[in-house]
This record gives sequence, C-alpha cells and structure tokens, in this order.
Amino acid sequence: MADAKPRLKVPKEAKKGEVIELKTLIAHVMETGLRKDASGKIVPRKIINKFTCEFNGKPVFSADLEPAVAANPYLQFNAKVEESGTFKFTWVDDDGTVTATEEKITVA
Amino acid sequence: MQTMTRRQALVLGTGALVTLTVADVSPLLATPAEADAEIAKFTGGKAMDQGKISIDLPEIAENGNTVPLSIIVDSPMTADNYVSDILVVADGNPRPGIATFHLTPLSGKATAATRIRLQTTENIIVVAKTSDGKFFTDRKQVKVTIGGCGG
Repeated sequence: MADAKPRLKVPKEAKKGEVIELKTLIAHVMETGLRKDASGKIVPRKIINKFTCEFNGKPVFSADLEPAVAANPYLQFNAKVEESGTFKFTWVDDDGTVTATEEKITVA
Repeated sequence: MQTMTRRQALVLGTGALVTLTVADVSPLLATPAEADAEIAKFTGGKAMDQGKISIDLPEIAENGNTVPLSIIVDSPMTADNYVSDILVVADGNPRPGIATFHLTPLSGKATAATRIRLQTTENIIVVAKTSDGKFFTDRKQVKVTIGGCGG
C-alpha cells in the first residue's frame, strides 16, 4: 500500500545508556476478515501482521499482530542506546508488502 | 424401516436445533477456554505466577474499535535477565489472540503500548515470559459499550 506512510517519534539525540521511548504509527485499515460489506460478503482479511524494530542491525523489539489490533496500528516501546546509529522499522502486510523506514540517532 | 413416532421426531428436532445453535455461536466469539488454549500454546503448559505485570487499560471503553493498552513488566532487562515475550489475549473477541511482543535486552524497559479492538465486555490477559523461562500473568476487565469487531 503506497499511502501507508509511517509516522515515527524518535529522539534525535540521547545520552549513552539512556532508555528512550519510540512511537510508531502506520496508516492501515487492519481489515479483520470478519466484517461483511453491504452485499453481505465477507471483506477479506488484510492486516499488518508483523512489526520489527532494529538498531544497527540488532533486534530491539518486534510484534506479531492479530486482527484485534485497531486500525492504523500504533506501537510504543523503548530502546536502550549505547552508541549512535540507525533505527530500522519494518511493517509486513498480509499481502507480503513490506514498508520500511529508518531514523538516525546521535548518542553522546 | 421403522416409522418415526411423533415423540421421536420431536426429540430429533430439538437435538438438531441445539447442535445448530452451538455451531452457530462458537465461531463468533472466543471462549475463555480458547483464550486458555492460546496461553497454553505460549507457555507450553508451564505454571504461571501472578504479578510483575501492570496493565493500563480504561475501565470502561465507550468505543471498542480503539482501546489504548499499555503493559509494563517489572524486569531489570539486563543481558541475562530480561522479558523476552509478552502475549496478549482476550476472552470475548471473535479470536483470542491480540498481539505478541518480542523484546530484547536492547529494549531497555519491558514495556509496550498499542491500541486494540474489543468486541464486548471481556478480560484482557497478559502473559510475560522471562529469559530464564519463567512465566508471569495478570488480567484486567474492560467494560465495552460499542463493540469494535464489526460483523
């Protein structure tokens, strides 16, 4: 989905060893596959089923999501930073589409 | 073939009706048993301790379409003692699973927050797994005014 532009809240700077808070949100319908449309047909399931966050290639946090996660899935979690580097975030859609984005942080 | 008496026909009819109703209802909402099965799959049937987990959920959710959920597990999150996985299930949604969070020592703090859908007034059950293979659990009930799973 091309319009699924993620929104991120990552601090630009942090102290060494600091635990920072990360917030992510991606625009997505999170169609449950249980809903019926006006003609009574079941709307097929389409959700973001996997989210991952890596820092300098090392896993920080990931989540397996079910249809019970609300539309435009929002995730908040923490990370401990020891060095400057790059956070990489990925979202995996049921149809296999992967949305990825990166954010740099300077650690003093 | 023996002809059916009126009574036999009635009994048969009632039986069919009961099976129909059960078959009709069960796929609609998860039962606490299904939620327990989901937890058992996660823990591998191991015993769970109460505590260590704090669940932040509204007591009453007017709109079940988006209910803020925040979980904090008490853990030092060091390389040899951290919370590795957090399972979230609900016992009244069409399916019990909500989400599973995977953490690492790099997470720094054993916490996760998201927004979830709730169909009805139900319990949210959280199970945390630590790196040394222990399980902790806690639950919280949310009263839901408008269900959020469509259908």
